[in-house]
Amino acid sequence: MILLSARIELIRRSLPALLGGTVITIQLTVLILLFGVFFGLLFAFGQVYGNKPIRWFVNGYEKVFRSIPELVLLLLVFYGPPSLGIRISPFNAAVLGLGLRATAYMSQIFRGTFKSVGSDQITAAYSLGMGKYKTFLFVILPQAFRVFIPPFANEYAIILKDTSLAYALGVAELLRQGQYIIAVAYDPLSIFLAIAAIYFVLTFGVTRLLKILENKLKIPGIGVEIG
Amino acid sequence: MGDEDRPLLNIKELKKSFGDNLVLDGISFSLDTGQNKVIIGPSGTGKSTVLNCVNRLVVPDGGEIWLEDTEIVSCDNINEVRQEIGYVFQGFGLFHHLTALKNVMLGLTRVKKVPKKEAKEKAIAKLERVGLLDVLESYPAQLSGGQKQRVAIARALAMEPKLMLFDEPTSALDPELIGEVLNVMRKLAEEGMTMLVVTHEMGFARAVSDEIIFMEKGRIVEKSSPEKMFEQPENPRTREFLFKLDELYGKGGE
Ligand SMILES: Nc1ncnc2c1ncn2[C@@H]1O[C@H](COP(=O)(O)OP(=O)(O)OP(=O)(O)O)[C@@H](O)[C@H]1O
Ligand SMILES: [Mg+2]
Repeated sequence: MILLSARIELIRRSLPALLGGTVITIQLTVLILLFGVFFGLLFAFGQVYGNKPIRWFVNGYEKVFRSIPELVLLLLVFYGPPSLGIRISPFNAAVLGLGLRATAYMSQIFRGTFKSVGSDQITAAYSLGMGKYKTFLFVILPQAFRVFIPPFANEYAIILKDTSLAYALGVAELLRQGQYIIAVAYDPLSIFLAIAAIYFVLTFGVTRLLKILENKLKIPGIGVEIG
Repeated sequence: MGDEDRPLLNIKELKKSFGDNLVLDGISFSLDTGQNKVIIGPSGTGKSTVLNCVNRLVVPDGGEIWLEDTEIVSCDNINEVRQEIGYVFQGFGLFHHLTALKNVMLGLTRVKKVPKKEAKEKAIAKLERVGLLDVLESYPAQLSGGQKQRVAIARALAMEPKLMLFDEPTSALDPELIGEVLNVMRKLAEEGMTMLVVTHEMGFARAVSDEIIFMEKGRIVEKSSPEKMFEQPENPRTREFLFKLDELYGKGGE
């Protein structure tokens, strides 16, 4: 048995290394989210306003990338290109692999939020002389943004946790940093608990903030769901 | 003005099919400035489609629609034309994220580019006109159906339209709320607004309209003054339909 005081001392000493890993984890999460939001938005536009081939493409894309396990995607993106002569760093492979997946989900989320604004409102906007662009900007977007927050918070939590898969590619994110420490200080229980606590704080803290934002933006008289 | 003799709205031989469902089979009629016409007819007859063609939310297959000297079917500035045509419909279409006041202001600030302060004054004036000064800061979800529809009317009026289209504006309302909306519409008509109204409210049609147009299966079966339409309709189909309406909604005119 390792003494409690020794465990605490170990965690204290490991904290700088773990926080270093946490920074990488946060970087991965933010980049993957940006990737997913950017391409997801683009794809959702394509799906809602685009022509048939574009809609087909987006549909197919969503189906494919929602059906492949994240780890398989990561390994494919990392080990695949070198055999075609393209080198990709583990970090970039993690962003790309998980970003491709996030795009599929974000695209679905965006589409749902656009559609959450009822056709009556869109008819009304057109009848006032607003074109598609103004209708999107002043009628759809402000309402879609509100409905977007809860699924976005959910997606954030999923992506944050999925970044631990980058471990498999050798990215020195939180989990791998922990492994390095365990390899020398043999106390998996303490280190894994510390890692779990850090993930928890990152997930809970941010979803909590988003919840507060959601409540702040709530439209008087209705919940967040918009008809 | 030399324009006095041409109608404000002139619809000629309007045709529309959805797939192989022929919905409008050559509809022609016109409205002079200040006139009020009511379209009646059975469900699925194409009444809404006529209105939706007038502001080109539905693109006709054939025919012409003239708003003064603009031909709507072929014009290339539809967003400008729509500003001239107020549209009020069953589902209200209020913007959920905006207060009553902001609902009325949005078209002014974002479409007509009216400065904010001026838009606010104008919006308040329109909301006063429909009797809603007390709910300026309320959101749609906090309003009754009758209030919502009056906000929608104020929003349309704020654009200073030449013509107002109403598509069953009271059909989604509880019976006790219908009166407040009809009163606003009646007042509008009295003030000289040109209005084309689809409604089952025969009391309103009788009291306010200059002409009633009875449509069936995409055609105009009969059009005449309300007195004639109610007292001695020419077509047996019109008689039958009015009889059915009486049964459903009570006798018009009281
Ligand atoms: N966008 C559309 N696509 C396909 N069919 C349509 C569309 N809009 C209307 N229709 C069809 O056109 C016909 C006429 O519809 P319309 O809404 O104009 O009738 P209406 O006289 O207003 O009926 P109601 O009294 O029920 O409102 C109906 O058969 C309807 O199903
Ligand atoms: Mg209709």
